[in-house]
Parts: sequence; structure tokens; C-alpha cells
Amino acid sequence: MDYLTLLQILDSTLRLATPLLLACLAGLFSERGGIFDIGLEGKMLAAAFFAAATAAVTGSVWLGLLAGIAASMVLSGLHGLASITFRGNQLISGVAINFLAAGITVLVGQSWFKLGGRTPPLIGGGRFPEITLPFAEALRDVPVIGPFYAEVISGHTILVYVALLCVPLSWYILFRTRFGLRLRAVGENPAAVDTAGVSVIGLRFAAVAICGLLCGIAGAYLATGLGAGFVKDMSAGRGFIALAALIFAKWRPWYALYATLLFGFLQAIALRPDVLESLLHFKIQVQLLDALPYILTVVILAGFVGKAVPPRAGGEPYVKER
Amino acid sequence: MQTMPKWADIVLIPLINLFLAFFISGLVILAIGEDPVAAVKLMVEGAVGSTYGWGFTLYYATNFIFTGLAVAVAFHAALFNIGGEGQAALGGLGVALVCLMIPWPHWTVALVAASVGAAAFGALWATIPAYLQAKRGSHIVITTIMFNFIAAALLNYVLVNLLRPAGTMDPASAKFPEATHLPTLSDILNSVGIPFAARTPANVTLIIALIACVAVYYLIWRTKLGYQIRAFGKSEPAARYAGISSVKIIMITMALSGGLAGMMAINNVMGEAERLILNSVEGAGFIGIAVALMGRSHPFGVLLASILFGFLYQGGAELALWTSIPRDLVVVIQALVILFTGALDGMVRAPVEKMFLMMRKGA
Repeated sequence: MDYLTLLQILDSTLRLATPLLLACLAGLFSERGGIFDIGLEGKMLAAAFFAAATAAVTGSVWLGLLAGIAASMVLSGLHGLASITFRGNQLISGVAINFLAAGITVLVGQSWFKLGGRTPPLIGGGRFPEITLPFAEALRDVPVIGPFYAEVISGHTILVYVALLCVPLSWYILFRTRFGLRLRAVGENPAAVDTAGVSVIGLRFAAVAICGLLCGIAGAYLATGLGAGFVKDMSAGRGFIALAALIFAKWRPWYALYATLLFGFLQAIALRPDVLESLLHFKIQVQLLDALPYILTVVILAGFVGKAVPPRAGGEPYVKER
Repeated sequence: MQTMPKWADIVLIPLINLFLAFFISGLVILAIGEDPVAAVKLMVEGAVGSTYGWGFTLYYATNFIFTGLAVAVAFHAALFNIGGEGQAALGGLGVALVCLMIPWPHWTVALVAASVGAAAFGALWATIPAYLQAKRGSHIVITTIMFNFIAAALLNYVLVNLLRPAGTMDPASAKFPEATHLPTLSDILNSVGIPFAARTPANVTLIIALIACVAVYYLIWRTKLGYQIRAFGKSEPAARYAGISSVKIIMITMALSGGLAGMMAINNVMGEAERLILNSVEGAGFIGIAVALMGRSHPFGVLLASILFGFLYQGGAELALWTSIPRDLVVVIQALVILFTGALDGMVRAPVEKMFLMMRKGA
């Protein structure tokens, strides 16, 4: 494998890792706040559809992004309503949201565009343009680093850089601000937070809202950055891979970046079986690569490679003592 | 304190939940510019208006009874088995191996063996997450989700590389031999003189599903093991204190649950497709969640909910055929049923409880 092929694979790794990273950070905020969210998949899907639909109709990708975020936040609100206000089962609510998004996107898509659940392909201003970072072309001739900068780091849509910036930002918010401390506390011991006079409900809704925001960006990226339009079930299990990455990352932002890059790399290399075969000198099954993120997660969860301990109050609705 | 009578808990609240789910589904149909009343009429006619419709409705219902019972059994032990999809897929593999590897003399023998194969494979696929939960403390919901994806990849591999007959492109197994074909419901009913539309997929597995309902009822409420499962589900520390091994209960319950989900395969793989195809489960494993929630984890409730979802499935297919409403409407309804009967149950329960309290005070 030559250097250019490697760069191409790393380039698509970054592309494919972006939605995973955003969704993973979304889940991070929610679960750190004590709300399990297996509805990441559904929120991404809904966001992808409404982003693509709005961008297709208005021709503006920015309006599309806003619509995607709005759709995802509505589902987040529903999840919050069910699991915070009415103290319902968070897992069941997540399952419901996944199905709701899967059904509604096709139903509404068929009604609006009559394309069997697709949106019209996005062109021009309906997609995020690829940004060439400064000096990318000038530095291309610098050996090793130049092509790496030009191929892998430069030439992505703005949302990729947004996602990458979200990592230090999430770390800062969670571990260096008062809000972050409280958010983490509410996921570990809500009673203590309540005793301190801080609203558990308010904090948990904030966590769920941030989750909706990030899932919305992830979904919008799927339809307007990675792809060019919405197709049925286009999230294709990414919400669950993000969930897997979250566990892999042990609920920490920087680890989330590494985990999603790893899973993105697995997806990228699954697209290039020829490269893998020439490298390993034997045929590796594509299905094994597909299943690898899930297998790795099971192994991590089982505690064979370090222990993944979720936030202690995760999944439990908070009931004020009477 | 019991704040409301039992009938309200098991009849009234599910009905209100269901009403809300259907009401919003109706609004969705209105929103996409279709007529909900006409849609319901079409669904009723298509799904239960003829024995032909019933043949499909009952076929789907059979699938959902198995997956619904699977989720329900796990619920009794406070375990959320979201992996019915993968377990049913593995059950299909078990059925395919039994039917293809051994030359069976008669379908009755083949059916027994295939049931065992389906249940064993499904159970095996469920006991791995169970073991990881019981011994290693990994969350069963996450592991079973992951196992759904792993099952899909595994089935893909097995079908493409191992079971696919030479010379075909289709990722599917060979057709099962003639002797393993199950009699359809119309074969059975016509033979006793009841006319029933031919060429419908409902088959003898329906009877096995009904037996499974009775067996689950007996197990959960009439045996020592069932008592242990329920005790464990209500309070793990109390069950442990009473000498009930949590490892044992988790393993057995999940094996039962996975076995039931796996047995769905005798309906769709052996009874209908008569070969193993890719994605043969088609989401029935997930519908089991809706069915178990709606049926309040009681076998009789599961049976009723399964028939309702069978109706929705077949009715939804009719809608897609005659109107421009896609089949995905059923997915929306399914989501709303899960949402209202599962997650938003408290929203309905609280005001109803208050109402009964007020009535009691007034009396």
C-alpha cells in the first residue's frame, strides 16, 4: 500500500468518523446527566431527513442544518418528557424514538417528494462545500506532512471541523465549568444535587437538549455533507455504533474521539477490501469488519479489556424524597 | 396502597394508551393528506374482511406471539431483551440447518426437530449476553443490541459463503426438501370442512404459538421457577436473600426468552419462505417489544396484541397497495404504541389514579 492510498483511507476515516463523533458526544452529555439514550440513531435519522428536505426546498444548507437540529431537538424533548417528566423507562422511550424516526421520515418524505422516501439530490448551495485550509496547496510538496495536510486535514466540510472542535469544548464544559460539574453530579448522585438546591430536572433537560443539538448536527452532516440528500434508513446503525463508541470511550470526550476514529477507520477500510487483502495477504471477510465495532464493544463491556463503568444514576428517573 | 381497581390497571389504562397512539397515528395520516377513516376501512377490509386477509394477519400474529412472549418472559425478570431480532435470525439458522442437513421422513418429525433447533440457536444467542450480564456485569440492553448487529453480520456470512447453493447469486439457502413443508392453515381447516383461502402463509405454527402462550402462563404463574423469576424481577436483593441465585435466573430467563424468539423461525423460515433468506425476521423481533408492553407481559395480552399487530401489518400492506400511504405507517404506529404503553405510561396513569382516588373519597 502506498502513501497516497493510506492518506485516502485516513481521509475517509475522518469523514466517516464525524457523524459517529457527534452522536457519541451527544450520548456523552445525555448519559453523563443520567439519561440513557438509545435513540441517538432515530434522532440522527430525523435530522438527516429534515436537513435534506429543507435544503432541497430552500436551496440553503444552513437552513437545512437548523431544520435538522430542530427535528432532533423535538425528539430529544419527547425523550425528556417521557423519561424525566413522566419518569418512564428511558430505554423503551429510546426504542420508540428510533422507530418513530424510521417511520416518519419515509412517510413524510413520500408525501412531500413522491420519491419513495428519498429527498431530491442536493446540489450547489444545498450541500456543505469542502473547505481548503490555508496553505494546503502550497504545502503539498513538503514531503510526508504536506500531502497529509492537504489530503487528510484539509478539504472537509465545516461540520467535520465543528465536530473536532466539539471534543475539547465538551471536555471543557464537562470538566472545567460549574455546569459540567453539576451535570456529571446529576448523573452520579441526583439526590446530592437536589440537596444543594440545584434543579435535577432542569439539568437533565439541559443534558438532553445538548444531546439533541449534537445529534442534529450529526444527522445534517449525513445528508448534506457526507451524502447528497436523504435516503431511507441512511443512519444505518451509526447511532448504535456511536453508543458502542461511547462505552468504548468510557464516557470521556477525548477517548470518544479516539474510539470514533477507530470505528471510522474500520468503516473506511471495509470500503477498500482490495487494500486490506494486499496488506494482510489473506482475504478478510467484510462481514467481520462490519461486526467488529459491536464485538469490540461487547468485549469492553464484559470488562475483559479494562472496565467500563457507566454513570451511576444512569437510567434511573429521579424521584424527590417526600 | 392499591389506588385503583385491577380492571383499570389491566384494561382501562392500556386502552387509553392505545387510543392515544391510534389518535396520533390518525393525525399523522391527516397530515400527509390522506383520509384516516378511509384508511382504517381499507385496513379492516384487507386484514380481517376475508379469510384471505386473516391468512396473512394470523401469519404475522404468529411471529409476534413468539417475539412478544420472548420480551415478556424477560420483563418478568426485569430484563429488557432487545435482541429478539438477532435471536430470531439465529433461530432461522437453526431451522435451516435442521431442515437441510437431515432427510426427514415426515413434516411432523421435522417440525419437532426444527423447533428444537430454532429454540436452541435462539437460546444460545441470548445466553451469551445473559452470561455477560450475570457474571461480568455488562448491561444486557447494550449487549443484546450489539448481538443483533453481530447476528446480522453472521447470517450474512453464513448465507453468502456457506449455505448459498453453488451457481446462485441470491444470498439465500437452498429450498428445503418437500418433506419439511408445513401444512398451511387452509390445508388444516379445509380438511375439516371449514373453507379458508388457500395461498396464505398462516400455517400449523400458529397452534404451536398458542401452546407456547399457555406454557408461558403456566411457567410464570404456576411453577417454582416462574415464581423465582418474578421474585427476581420485583426485587433482586430480596430474591437473593430468599436463596434465589441471580446468575441462574438471568441465564435461564434469557435462554427461555431467546428460545421463544428463535422459535419464530419455524413460522417464517420453515412455514412461509421454506428457505433461509437474508433479513428473514424483518423487524418482528422489535415488534415483540411493542407487543409485550401492550400485553402487559401476560401471555393472553401478548396474544391479543399480536393479533392487533398482525392486523396492522397486513392492513398496512393493503394500504401501501391501494393508496399512496407507504407501509412505514405501521412503523410509526408501532413507535407510538411503544411510546404510549411503555415510556409515557406514567402520563396516563397519574391522572387516572387521581380520578379513582377522588371517586373513592366521594363515595
